[in-house]
Amino acid sequence: MSEFEPSSTTQKHPWPDAQGRYGAFGGRYVPETLMHALDELERAYAGVRDDAEFQATLRDLQQHYVGRPTPLYFAQRMTAQLGGAKIYFKREDLAHTGAHKINNALGQCLLAKRMGKRRVIAETGAGQHGVATATACALLGLECDVYMGTEDMERQKLNVFRMRLLGTRVIGVDSGSKTLKDAINEALRDWVANVQSTHYCLGTVHGPHPFPMICRDFQSVIGREARRQILEREGRLPDTLIACVGGGSNAIGLFYEFLGDAGVRMIGVEAGGTQIVPGMHAARFAGGAIGMLQGAMSYVLQDENGQIGATHSVSAGLDYASVGPEHAYFFQSGRVTYTHASDQEALDAFQLCARLEGIIPALESSHAVAHAAKIVPGMPKDQIVIVNMSGRGDKDVQQAAKFILPDEEL
Amino acid sequence: MNRIEQRFQDLRAKGETAFIPYITAGHPSLEQTERIVLALEAAGADVIEFGIPFSDPVGDGPVIQEAAQQAIARGASLRTVLALIKRLREKTQVPILLFSYFNPVLAYGIQAFARDAAEAGADGVLCVDLPPEEAGEYKAALDANGLCTVFLIAPTSTDERIERIARACTGFIYYVSRLGVTGERSSLAADLNDALARIHRHTDKPVAVGFGISTPEQARQVAGLAEGVVVGSAIVRVVAQAGEGPDAAETVRVFTQELVRAAKQ
Repeated sequence: MSEFEPSSTTQKHPWPDAQGRYGAFGGRYVPETLMHALDELERAYAGVRDDAEFQATLRDLQQHYVGRPTPLYFAQRMTAQLGGAKIYFKREDLAHTGAHKINNALGQCLLAKRMGKRRVIAETGAGQHGVATATACALLGLECDVYMGTEDMERQKLNVFRMRLLGTRVIGVDSGSKTLKDAINEALRDWVANVQSTHYCLGTVHGPHPFPMICRDFQSVIGREARRQILEREGRLPDTLIACVGGGSNAIGLFYEFLGDAGVRMIGVEAGGTQIVPGMHAARFAGGAIGMLQGAMSYVLQDENGQIGATHSVSAGLDYASVGPEHAYFFQSGRVTYTHASDQEALDAFQLCARLEGIIPALESSHAVAHAAKIVPGMPKDQIVIVNMSGRGDKDVQQAAKFILPDEEL
Repeated sequence: MNRIEQRFQDLRAKGETAFIPYITAGHPSLEQTERIVLALEAAGADVIEFGIPFSDPVGDGPVIQEAAQQAIARGASLRTVLALIKRLREKTQVPILLFSYFNPVLAYGIQAFARDAAEAGADGVLCVDLPPEEAGEYKAALDANGLCTVFLIAPTSTDERIERIARACTGFIYYVSRLGVTGERSSLAADLNDALARIHRHTDKPVAVGFGISTPEQARQVAGLAEGVVVGSAIVRVVAQAGEGPDAAETVRVFTQELVRAAKQ
């Protein structure tokens, strides 16, 4: 297997630099009160990154608590139906709590505990990161408060209850668009006030440095496993990777280990909403411009005055006005291609996957499946596509039913 | 000399503390802001902070969040606020500091912003979410246009950071006296005295204290320790309550004058 040496991603991709930048993106744009906390977090993280004991604890929990490695599953019936390349799903939906979010939440909460923080706060959109953080805090005996937009609380009632069951306080955010962006604003305000006792467990590869790096590193386990699994299964690398991109943590998690593999094409799928018109989508690379939101320079949906634009997606987890700075870097460098799938395409893929594979994907992941359904029929049968099944769709069933069966009472 | 620097120099000679009110520009309307600025000057304000309304003000508490939202809904933006300052400059020479988040400045274009802000008659800029580390191009552009660059120091700032931030500040240094967002508090930070002494060990630039100061008594206490006192949310609240009636500006003037008197005692 000498031609399949482990990927040399980190040597070929030296980002972030010492300033927390990915090319022109990233950085640390926060009120002064938080600068010391970010320095402290950066130092603490540097201390555990290569610490054998910390990494062993994390690996042990990943295996016995999260259930890693998650399977790489050959989606035979969907492959047959689409009649093109072979489709594999990386089954992050089978990780404990039902999504990839646990990878980051567990890592960060372990780090918080090591830093002596007693309390953890988090933001959540779809509720998956909130549930993952609530779970990690229950496991590690940390106090946990989660900020969630009231519109998202309505869309994701089941996850709100799950968090409460796990002993977390869910704090509704009624400002702005009442979604993920506003939950992050409120979490940042809390952190500024309580920075000495509290760790902010940011749930995606966004925010001020070092958050995008820490989250990427904890999520990169997805790609490390997938690369090994596909080599074992097929004896070669995949041709294409597809992942949905909200903040972009599941996508970075899958892509990172493959960055050094020049022949592997990578596609990030944003939320196309109803159409690419301001306020009706969350496709930052299609309708955004370079800007700074919530700590990082990246692409942002905004108006000509720099006010942050309204967003829409059927999936709460993709409904965000900015995108992780490393994705902005990949967009400019061309290493990753970004596209979008509409609400309707995602809902179609949601049903297709359920019927053909007996897997109900999260509405977020359904965007990735939707793009696979678009391109796979045009690909040769000997090619391989890996779709990141970033989460399970149980949480979305009620929301999806409103669109799929609008006239029926559940 | 820049109006802000001139004012602090004059105050230093008189042994007086600067009183610095914050208002959200365009709240409740751009026309009303014009009247309120003149009322604040009449009350004795030394520098007026013009909050540039932003959709996602992570550094602000509920009072200023709501004012910003209203201002945006009624057409306030960096562009319209600069036009307002240009009109005001025909009536007043009161020093004006723009208090913004970074994204509106970035969207305007850093170079164009520095040029237009100076040309409109602004005297300095503070971006709440722009630490000196990220401010290279911004600071160079503001310096080149003769605008003061004010940065924040916080209770969590280390000595190393205080040194660096103080160096980057021109005009004055803004000390955020409380952890947390803007808003009224019932008491001052207990360690304010020590914190200011620590900053003064690193610099002889004037230091203004803000966040959480809302009463004449608090203003008086801070005036004994610092070269400037900033009052924000309390004034924005009074502006909101006063509305746009014929007595609104006078209400704001009377409220502010009490704070000025306390700060100048």
